[in-house]
Amino acid sequence: MDRVIDLTVNGQTISLGVKANETLLDILRDRLGLTGTKYGCGTGRCGACTVLADGQPTSSCITLAVSAAGKEITTIEGLAPDGKLHPIQEEFIKRGAIQCGFCTSGFILTAKALLAENPNPTPEEIRRYVRGNLCRCTGYVKIVEAITAAAQRLGKGQEARK
Amino acid sequence: MGTRVLRDFEYLKPISVDETVSLLERYGNEASILAGGTDLLVSLKLLRISPKYLIDITGIGELGGVTGGENETRIGATTTIKELARSVLIYEKYTALGEAAQQMGTTQMRQVATIGGNLCRASAGADTAPPLLALKARAEIYRRTGGRTIPLAEFFIGPGQSALTPGEILTAITIPAPAPHTGSSFIRINGTVSELPQLSAAATVVTENDQCTSARIALGAVAPTPVRARQAEKLLISKELNREVVEAAAHKVTEEISPRTSFRSSADYRRDVAAVIVKRALIKAYERSRGAPSG
Repeated sequence: MDRVIDLTVNGQTISLGVKANETLLDILRDRLGLTGTKYGCGTGRCGACTVLADGQPTSSCITLAVSAAGKEITTIEGLAPDGKLHPIQEEFIKRGAIQCGFCTSGFILTAKALLAENPNPTPEEIRRYVRGNLCRCTGYVKIVEAITAAAQRLGKGQEARK
Repeated sequence: MGTRVLRDFEYLKPISVDETVSLLERYGNEASILAGGTDLLVSLKLLRISPKYLIDITGIGELGGVTGGENETRIGATTTIKELARSVLIYEKYTALGEAAQQMGTTQMRQVATIGGNLCRASAGADTAPPLLALKARAEIYRRTGGRTIPLAEFFIGPGQSALTPGEILTAITIPAPAPHTGSSFIRINGTVSELPQLSAAATVVTENDQCTSARIALGAVAPTPVRARQAEKLLISKELNREVVEAAAHKVTEEISPRTSFRSSADYRRDVAAVIVKRALIKAYERSRGAPSG
C-alpha cells in the first residue's frame, strides 16, 4: 500500500509515494538515483549501506522508508555538494584507505558522526566506533590512519595524542 | 543470504499503548512489532516470518526512556541500546547492564535497537537478559484489559519464546535500587559483535565487610533460555570471594548449564568458557562491590 512521506535528503525535502515494504536504501538508490550508498549484506551488518539519520549512523537496508520520514538523511553525495571534497574524503584518498571503494561511503559517513562527537579519537576508539563497517580490501590500517588524519585536520580538538 | 525485496505488509504506527494493544488483539499472530527493526527486518528478508501487519511503536513516548527513582529504575521498552550504553545512571547503579549495552552490536545497531526488542525476541543469547536477571529485573506487560508485572526469569519460556500472549506488549523493565555495596559485571564472548554472543555471563555481588551476602549469576546462550546458576550462587554466600571460592562457583556453573552445539559455538566450548567468564565476572563484581575502581 502506498503512503506519501516527506523525506529530507542532503538538505532537500521531497514528497514521495512509498510502499510500506520499501527500504530507505531502495528509495535512495532506485528512486532518487543516489547510488553512492551501497547494498552489501542486506541485513544491516556490513555497514556498506550506512547513511546518517539526524547525524547518526544508520543501516539504510534495514530501515523502512516510512521510518525515515521526518529525519534528516545525509548520504555520501551530501558531503561534497559543490564538488569540494570533505577532509575525511580527502584523507581516505590520500592515505590509501580506498581500494575497491565499496565500503568507503559507509566508513566516511560513520567517521563523520564519530568526529562530530569525539573530535580527537584514539585508534582504539575509532576501531570500536566503526566496527559495524566491514572492509575486505584494506585491512583497516589505512582507514584508521585516514580518520585520525581527518580528525587532526578538522582541528576541533587538542594536539594529536601519541 | 537476504533478499532485496520485502514481502508486502501493512504498516501501522499507533500513537499510544492502548491503540497498540487493540491492534495486537485484533491482528494476533498476523502482526509483528517494529521498534529498531535490527532483528525483525532481517527475519523478514530471510523469509522466516511473513506478518501481514507491522506495528511501529517508536512513536509512543510512554514506552521510552530511563526513569530513575528512589526504589527502582524504570526502563521503557523502546529505550535504545545506545541510550543504555551512554546512561551514567545505568552504568553507576547497574553496571552489568551498561556493559552489555556497550559490548553488544555495532554503532549502527545500537542506534535503533531496543531493550524491549532484545528481550521479546527471547533468544537464549539475548545480551540484556543475563544482566537483568542478575539485577532482579521485572517485566511490565500490558494488554487491553490491564497490566501485569512478572519477574524477568518468568519472561523466558523457551528458545525464542517469551511469556507474551497475543494482545500483550512489554511496556517496561523495572530494576530495584541496588543494596549498598553492590557490584555487577557482564562479559560477552563474541563470535562477531553484530551477532548474538557465543555465550555471556553476568554477576551481581553484594558484600558486607568483604563477605558476600548475596549473589546472582546469569548466563546467556548456554541453555534454551537465559538462565540463573542458582546452585553456584549458594556457594558464595557468607564467604569472601577469594580465588578458591570463585573457582568452586564457576565449576558449579558448568554442572548447571545445558549448552548446545550450534553454528556459533560448540557445547564443549560453551561449557569450558562459561567457567572462565563466570569467574572473571564474579571477581569484577566483587571488586566493584567493595568500592575498588573498575578496571
